[in-house]
Amino acid sequence: MSGTENSIHFHERFHIEGGNFTNAGAISSRVKKILKEAGFSSRVIRRTSIATFEAEMNVICYASQGNLSLSITPDFLKIVVEDEGIGIADIELAMQEGYSTASERIHEMGFGAGMGLSNIKNNTDGMILTSKFGQGTHLEFLISLEGEDRLVPLLNAEG
Amino acid sequence: MTVSDIVKSFGLKIRAGKNRLDQEVRGGYTGDLLSDVIAHSRKGSIWVTIQTHPNIVAVATMKELAGIILTGGREPDSETLRKAEEEEMPILVSSLFAFELTGKLYQMGISGMG
Repeated sequence: MSGTENSIHFHERFHIEGGNFTNAGAISSRVKKILKEAGFSSRVIRRTSIATFEAEMNVICYASQGNLSLSITPDFLKIVVEDEGIGIADIELAMQEGYSTASERIHEMGFGAGMGLSNIKNNTDGMILTSKFGQGTHLEFLISLEGEDRLVPLLNAEG
Repeated sequence: MTVSDIVKSFGLKIRAGKNRLDQEVRGGYTGDLLSDVIAHSRKGSIWVTIQTHPNIVAVATMKELAGIILTGGREPDSETLRKAEEEEMPILVSSLFAFELTGKLYQMGISGMG
């Protein structure tokens, strides 16, 4: 994607603390706010919010810490989530709806339905998931901006 | 049918979003697993759940739901209320349990298929 890296309109990186359920959803809220202020359509905002929320919750539920970065280009939004944690032993299995390794504590809060990764897949236009079991997980996804009737207005770097 | 009609029919307690009760309810979904609700609820649905933490507001807002009904008399966390007011998301409390309330909503003509 070297050709697109030059045309990034906006980039921001957020830190996610694993196991901290008090602030759960805070990063996806911030991403949502940035997209709202930038004037994206509700469809793009909804899809990105859902995928980002699920990715953030995965870091909180399963990793010790992670980072989520948002890049906005003229053609797509790109989110990269990298974490340090237990990782995923079998990605194919993890992608199956209903498969979950969540603890009872996580279930009680309503997480760990085993649908997070498929929700990400279903709301994005491209997703790459790799993991080293015992070390961490790398997730990237794209949301296409095709059909968006306005280009990204000037964004303040602070968002 | 609006959120307000449901409030009146079942004597629900209004805990947040009282200015948004005129929203049309297009369907319903019952569930406590957030990702399941994200995957299957439809825009304009009323959501029946026992979860009380702030993430229910995030989920309901993302999915553009008409409101959240907490069952079994469960009360929302204070942070949940704060977020719900910020997002203008109705939060209602019913003393009924999820099964009874969902059945009654269904009898009123609210379909799960949204």
